[in-house]
Amino acid sequence: MSARIAGCVLLAALLVVPFVVRSEFWLSFWLLVLMFAFLGQAWNVLGGYAGQFSFGHALFFGGGAFGTAILQVRHGLNAYLAGAVAIALTALVGGVLGYLIFRYRLRGAYFALVTLAFAEVARVLIASFEYTGGGFGMLVPLAHGAANFQFSDRRIFYLIVWALVAGGCLIALWLEGSRFGAQLIALRENEDGAQALGVDLVRTKVLALMLSAAMAATVGVFYVQNFLFVDSHIAFGPAMSIEALLVTIIGGMGTIFGPLFGAVLLHAVGELAKQITGNAPGLNLVLYGVLLILALRFLPNGLAGILGRKPKPVRETADA
Amino acid sequence: MFSGLFLPAVLNGVALGAVYALTALGLTLIYGVLHIINFAHGSLLMLALYAAFFLYTLGGVDPYLAMLVLMPLFFAFGYVLQRFVVQPAWHGRDENVLLVTLGLAIVIDNLALWLWTSTTRSIDSRYAFEVIDLGVAFMPLAKAIAFFAALAFGALLWALMTFTDLGKAIRAVAREREGARLVGVRVEHIYAMTFGIGTAMVAAAACLLLPTFYVTPQVGYAFVLVAFTTVVLGGMGSFIGALLAGLLLGVIEALCGLYLGESLGQIGIFAMFILVVLFRPTGLFGARA
Repeated sequence: MSARIAGCVLLAALLVVPFVVRSEFWLSFWLLVLMFAFLGQAWNVLGGYAGQFSFGHALFFGGGAFGTAILQVRHGLNAYLAGAVAIALTALVGGVLGYLIFRYRLRGAYFALVTLAFAEVARVLIASFEYTGGGFGMLVPLAHGAANFQFSDRRIFYLIVWALVAGGCLIALWLEGSRFGAQLIALRENEDGAQALGVDLVRTKVLALMLSAAMAATVGVFYVQNFLFVDSHIAFGPAMSIEALLVTIIGGMGTIFGPLFGAVLLHAVGELAKQITGNAPGLNLVLYGVLLILALRFLPNGLAGILGRKPKPVRETADA
Repeated sequence: MFSGLFLPAVLNGVALGAVYALTALGLTLIYGVLHIINFAHGSLLMLALYAAFFLYTLGGVDPYLAMLVLMPLFFAFGYVLQRFVVQPAWHGRDENVLLVTLGLAIVIDNLALWLWTSTTRSIDSRYAFEVIDLGVAFMPLAKAIAFFAALAFGALLWALMTFTDLGKAIRAVAREREGARLVGVRVEHIYAMTFGIGTAMVAAAACLLLPTFYVTPQVGYAFVLVAFTTVVLGGMGSFIGALLAGLLLGVIEALCGLYLGESLGQIGIFAMFILVVLFRPTGLFGARA
């Protein structure tokens, strides 16, 4: 149980941050960590619980980000409505793609690569049309006020994102106790076995992908509301996809607090390296890569795995 | 305009495709034997391009000659990587290998970014501007060399797999791992050898590519997707398939670039990959594994 206790303590500590941290830089830093934690949780639903490793979650992050930016800038929609529509549309896109992908029984490396290819197609397309901002990107006009979902006080926004992360943990908790979650874990452990027991593989995986896509799109929406800018490279580039899987794998796949542990550790280490080396470009990513390799070798259950309670073992097939 | 640009574009595509094929040969060999996708393949290509670049600019070594140094070097590097980094993370799960090679790619790409910055570099060798007249179109000499060398390497790899004891052992491990182990094949050694050979092919591709190409730390990522597409299109594990698919993709990319413009042209490869994976995962030329 101690991984859960540690997770709750960490979550509580993060709630205190805006009340004690005065520096704008560190508040932004922890805000970003929380966003990535929720992005990781989105990946965790599909990758950790359902065992489908996506290499292209940037597609859904970008769908939310560009969806809300386009709806606000080009069609004058209210920020809340634009965000909600963008999230719903991205979930729908996820559903259609998921149906195509899972209907043809793509899994493992094929699933990973095809999601990556979809994200790349989106990146090139978005950068090619004037309507989507072209090579420059989209700027959402500054208009502070709760009605526009923009806050001049970053602490308010921080608390909202914190609530989102807490909600993400509740989603994971629900998965661990619900019938739907049990179906996901069953098909992760053994697809044929799950099917024999009556799990509808395509339907279950598509639903997991839609939930995951909606969650990732939510991060995209919040990202745009915070930075008021997004371009195709930030949104759909491989870095975002890697971020989503990295924090989860290092923190612990298929665990409630894994993505949060991973996001906090990874970015704390990365920021520390930046401060020490004087912001050498790429060096923090080298560290991330090394941590990923080490985690795969020594920590099959991530950070959550060392924190005591043995999580349910992920599939252990002896043969390829 | 059609006839004027069409043929040169196709020829350019064929030459580029030959290098794609050569890169993909290494990847398809690794897939065919280890049944894993090596995500770091493109990053290794990038590393080899830098190695050839610095050998030329600092040591004055011709890229074609550099092959003699770089192929054994990258063979050894691949062997060590497989044996001491990839294999220990396997734990019997193929997803782990995909992720650990992704980790390698992240490390290699960003080390390159840190060491050599994102500046685009290229060499101006003396034969860069030499062209040969094919009657219907002109073709840069270096591209013609790359084309024939790629075919030669493909034949060499095929001969290695068909006629040598090592090739026999590799095929045995690919077909039946435990059976091969029982008759005395050192499976872990063969895995590492295969990874090494695949990496040596990447070094060869880099040396052939450098005279007409450029190198940046991001170049590996661009290539890795193309290489996957080639491998999937050709049928996972098939050499002939990889060769033909490489040529086909080169032509597709050249024509997409010609008719859709530089930025949209990249979509051709990704679209091809998605279509093949969804509708014909055994590839155009592959048999069911």
